[in-house]
Amino acid sequence: MLEVKELKTIFSTQDGVVNAVNDISFSLQSGEAIGIVGESGCGKSVSMLSIMRLIPNPPGKIVGGEVFFQGRDILKMNQHDLQDMRGNQISMVFQDPLTSLNPVKTIGSQISETVLRHTDKDKKQAEQRAVELLKLVGIPEAENRLKDYPHQFSGGMRQRVMIAIALSCNPQILIADEPTTALDVTIQAQIVDLIKQLRVELGMAVIWITHDLGVVAGSVDKVIVMYAGQIVETAPLKEFYANPRHPYSIGLLMSLPRLDAETHQKLISIEGLPPNLINMPDCCPFINRCKNVIEKCKHKNPPLRHVSDSHLIACWVDVTQKEI
Amino acid sequence: MIPENKVLLKVKNLKKYFPITSGIVFQNPVGFVKAVDDISFEVFKGETLGLIGESGCGKSTTGRTILQLYRPTSGEVIFEGTNLAELKEDAIRKIRRRAQMIFQDPYSSLNPRTTVYDIISEPLKIHNIATGKECLERVKDLLDKVGLNSKFADRYPHEFSGGQRQRIAIARALALNPEFIVCDEPISALDVSIQAQIINLLEQLQDELGLTYVFIAHDMSMVRHISSRVAVMYLGKIVELTDRDQLYKNPSHPYTKALLSAVPIHDPIVEEKRSRIILEGDVPSPANPPKGCNFNTRCPVAEKQCFEEEPIFREVSTGSWCACHLVS
Repeated sequence: MLEVKELKTIFSTQDGVVNAVNDISFSLQSGEAIGIVGESGCGKSVSMLSIMRLIPNPPGKIVGGEVFFQGRDILKMNQHDLQDMRGNQISMVFQDPLTSLNPVKTIGSQISETVLRHTDKDKKQAEQRAVELLKLVGIPEAENRLKDYPHQFSGGMRQRVMIAIALSCNPQILIADEPTTALDVTIQAQIVDLIKQLRVELGMAVIWITHDLGVVAGSVDKVIVMYAGQIVETAPLKEFYANPRHPYSIGLLMSLPRLDAETHQKLISIEGLPPNLINMPDCCPFINRCKNVIEKCKHKNPPLRHVSDSHLIACWVDVTQKEI
Repeated sequence: MIPENKVLLKVKNLKKYFPITSGIVFQNPVGFVKAVDDISFEVFKGETLGLIGESGCGKSTTGRTILQLYRPTSGEVIFEGTNLAELKEDAIRKIRRRAQMIFQDPYSSLNPRTTVYDIISEPLKIHNIATGKECLERVKDLLDKVGLNSKFADRYPHEFSGGQRQRIAIARALALNPEFIVCDEPISALDVSIQAQIINLLEQLQDELGLTYVFIAHDMSMVRHISSRVAVMYLGKIVELTDRDQLYKNPSHPYTKALLSAVPIHDPIVEEKRSRIILEGDVPSPANPPKGCNFNTRCPVAEKQCFEEEPIFREVSTGSWCACHLVS
C-alpha cells in the first residue's frame, strides 16, 4: 500500500549538509504493523516527516526518491492534494502530546477540525463524531470533556486525544512517532494496548517509531532498524529477535538488561558514539563501533541485501550473535 | 558484590511537603504537596538500593532530601550515626565529602561556561583538598577513571555527547572520594546503546571503590540489573521494599505486580504469552491523595478496608516490607 523508494532527505546547516535520511526503501502492506527502531538522530522521525511532506524547507529538503501511496507519488503531489491526504488517509501521532495540541482551543474543536476538513459533516455531526472518538480511545464522560482544554488532561489522556484526532477520518495508515516516550510505564501499557486493539478493530496499517525494542516486540509484524540515516536491518518480528544479523542490532539487543533474566550478566555495550552525519565518507557508518571490520568496510557503504527471503541486512560481513 | 549488612544510611519517617501558596505578594499556604510522605528504609554498606516509581511519585525528592538539598519537613536521615536533618549548613557541607549525587540531565547539570577542569576541580577547591598542579593531576586521574581522555580537561561541556557529559558528572561526584552516591536517573536522558556504557562504568567503580548507591530510575529492567535491593514508590510512599530477586520473581504489592507486567520485554515469544495487568486511570494528585490506601483508585483488588484505613508499611517476612492490607 505504501512504497518508499530510495528516499533521501538533507538539512543544510552552517557546518555543512546533514544527510539525515540516506536512501531508505521499504514497503508497507495494508493492515500490517511495522516498527522502525533506532537511536536519537538516526533519521527515523525525519523519514516519517518526509513521507508526510512535513519537512520544513529550508533548512530541510527531500532530494531524491519516491513515496508511492495507492499508486500516487506523494513527493510530487501539490499542496491541496497533500492536505486532503494528511489526517485523512495517513495520519500521525507525535511524541509529545502537550506540544502537539493547541493550548488555547478546546479538545472538541481540535477533533472536529479534522472531521470538518475532510468530510461533509456539519458542525453538530462533527461534534458527535468527536464524542464517539473520545469514547473509542477510552476517555470517560466524553460528552462533558469536549469543552475542556488540553491542560485539564493528564499526559496519558492527551495522548489518547491525539490518537482520537489521528483516527477521526478512519486513516489507512497510522504513523505513531514515539507515542509513549513521554509517558510512564503503566500509561505506556495502556496506550500500546489501545493502538493494538484499534488496529484490529479498524484494520489500519501502523508504523511504530520507537527506540524501545521492548515496545515493538509485542506490537508489530516486521522490524526495521535504522542507524545514521540508513536502514541497516529489516526482518520479520520473531526472526529479528531470535536471529539478528547486523552487528548494530545484535549490539543493541545485548546491551539491554532483561526483566526476566535468570542470572546477573554484565551488559555488553556498544563502544563509541554514532557518527556525525555531516559530510559522511563512503564507508560503512558503523565502522568505528564494529568489531568485525574488514577492508571492504572502509571503502564502500554496504547496500541492503537479502540474507534470506524476508531478512535484509546492510553489512559486508554476515555475523551471527555468537561471533560477537 | 556481597553487601556486608552494616547500615550506612537510615531514613526514619521522612516527610517532605511543598507548600501550595496563593497570592502574589503575601503568599499564604493553602495546602501541601506531599511529595514524600512518611517513608523509612535503610541502606547497607556496599549495596545498591534501587528506588523505582512513576514520575511524580517522589523518588527524586527522596534522593534530594537524603542529601539535604531539600530540608525535610520532618523525620530523620541518619548517615553513619549523624542525623543530617538537624545539622547546620556548614556541617552538611562536610558531610557532602562523603555523600554525593549524580543528576538526571547531563545537559543542565554542567555549567556551560566552565571547562571540564573547572567543573571537576570545583569540589576539590571548595573543600581545600588540592590546589595547582596536584589538582590538575587529580582531575586527569578522575577523567581516566571514568573512561575519558585526560586531554579533554580544557574543553567545554558543549563539545561532548550526552554519554560523555554524564561521565564528567560522575567524575565530579567522585572527586572527593565519597562512599555514598545518590544516582538520580543517571541514564534516562541517554540513548539505549550509551546507557549500558554508563551502567557498566557505575558497576565497575562500585567494585573498585566500594561505593554505596541509591539508584533512582523508572526503568525496571535497569534497576533489576544494578540493584541488590529495590524499593517501589507510589504517591510519596514506599509500597514495597525487598530483595531484588524476591521483588521481580514474586512481587507482593498489587502496584508492583502491575508495574512489572507493564514493562515490555524485548522478546516477541515471551511477549505473546504474557498477560498484562493494565491499570485504569492516572496517578492521583499528591496534593490531594485519596483516603485510605493511596493506591485504592487504581487497585484491581481493593476491598472495603482499603478505602477506609491506611495500610502500615510493615515487615511481612525477613527483609521484605510491604504496605498492603491484603498481603499477609
